[in-house]
Amino acid sequence: MIDVRGLAHVYADGTRAIDDVSLAIGAGESIAIIGQNGSGKSTLVRHFNGLLHATEGEVFVDGANVRGRRVAHLAATVGLLFQDPDRQIFAGRVRAEVEFGPRNLGVPAAKLSATVAAALEATGLAGDANANPYDLGYSRRKLLALASVLAMQTPVVVLDEPTTGQDARGLARVQRIVTDLTAAGRTVIGISHDMRFVAETFHRVVVMRAGRIVLDGSPQTVFAEESWPTLASTYLEPPLPARVGARLGLGLATPTEAALVTALAAATASGT
Amino acid sequence: MLELRDASYRYPGYAKEVLVGVDLVVGDGEIVGLVGPNEAGKSTLCLVASGLAPASIGGKLTGTLTIDGEAMTDRKTHELAERVVICFQNPNTQRSGIAATVFEEIALGPMNLGLPVPEVIVRTREAIALLRLEPIMERHPTRLSGGQAQLVAIASLLAMRPGHVILDEPTAQLDPAGTRMVGEALRQMAERGTSLLLAEHKTDLLDGLCGRIVVIDEGAIVRDGPADEILADPMLAELGVEPPSRVRLSRAVEAAGGDARLVVSGAAAAAAT
Repeated sequence: MIDVRGLAHVYADGTRAIDDVSLAIGAGESIAIIGQNGSGKSTLVRHFNGLLHATEGEVFVDGANVRGRRVAHLAATVGLLFQDPDRQIFAGRVRAEVEFGPRNLGVPAAKLSATVAAALEATGLAGDANANPYDLGYSRRKLLALASVLAMQTPVVVLDEPTTGQDARGLARVQRIVTDLTAAGRTVIGISHDMRFVAETFHRVVVMRAGRIVLDGSPQTVFAEESWPTLASTYLEPPLPARVGARLGLGLATPTEAALVTALAAATASGT
Repeated sequence: MLELRDASYRYPGYAKEVLVGVDLVVGDGEIVGLVGPNEAGKSTLCLVASGLAPASIGGKLTGTLTIDGEAMTDRKTHELAERVVICFQNPNTQRSGIAATVFEEIALGPMNLGLPVPEVIVRTREAIALLRLEPIMERHPTRLSGGQAQLVAIASLLAMRPGHVILDEPTAQLDPAGTRMVGEALRQMAERGTSLLLAEHKTDLLDGLCGRIVVIDEGAIVRDGPADEILADPMLAELGVEPPSRVRLSRAVEAAGGDARLVVSGAAAAAAT
């Protein structure tokens, strides 16, 4: 679905934010991109919908080179949730904000209200449809920005730090949205610093360091003890269940609480 | 010491009070964690504790904000800034918009306090070193990643060497290393006698950093006590506050009939390596 080949991006001030990145993301994959602040995660995904153009290399989306394709056209394929919701929100009413995207994509009026209602329902904002977005707190503005992206029903959804500012319930909601999108066959790309969210929610994890990819695999692989030195080289730490599992010598990677509970039960049953 | 007594607040144009009868004391050298579900009033409490609500944004405050024994009622924003500073959730809210480099952005706070230039430079360099911002100090403040912008916002506060600091989710966009670094910087400020109020969803950060935790729900303080006790209280999860990883994990193992002591020993071993 997304094919990045030898991508480099150099900002106007000379910062080389992406350096020789190649990455193939298949249709229906759920993939998390993790790495230190400033490692190039946001810069990378902004090439997927044409917000940024490659300095070197090429990016293909759905088989077509993004070079020369218009942002408006790419917007129908790749939906992008920004880190900062206030860079995205502009309408005077929540409903109008969510309607804007699909309306511009030419979704017929008859379908529009159902699309908007579904997006508001998924994000828990159904009761706020007539509110002014700026009367919502930060966490709900963030969910509103997410609703606007969902309503566009793009085959690819890119979520740049979707869980920041969310409490436990908001986090569970975002988790469910990613899981549902994946179940519906959509391609989901998430950027996050929350290792538990990453390990529990995504099937594949890509680790970036200084504009390059240094690890790429399942959460079991990327958070396994063999990978810890690489993670540490970019100041990342595996989630607590992975560390506890390794220290208890359970013999297999336990990136999630559920995996650790299962492994502990198995170890107890076998008498070790 | 920063003290709120029976503080209730409503925003301009709204009838409903979003803070109700809040009593809160943050002692010198103390880091008090503030947790609560989304829209419980954490950000509002931060604004009120910093005096910006009502001094800058209006609205109606009843009750008192007292700093080092002086009531802050009717103080102007610039007078408040000499006593207490606030770090907002969104670093873009904080950026001055007039500095050409990160260095200048951080220097702006102490400059505005009217300090002599050599002192401004010393403080700016110290804040930059503490948050390891040397590699980006010549960069334009708008040319930063979300996390870098957040670190710059925090460095700007550090450079002012405030007696009292209010932080509203200062690590929301930070990676785990950046989060730890901010924790360390806050600890150093507390050791110098600064009082800090830290609103955070990341209870893993509060765990070990704060001696005391205050829980807010629907605009009222519902718990105020030792961090260990409150972070282990099942009430947190019921309110929608994420407990620290070690507490979650112990509970998950226990719920499955396993031995939670294994988690404690495993976590201790993991922390030691």
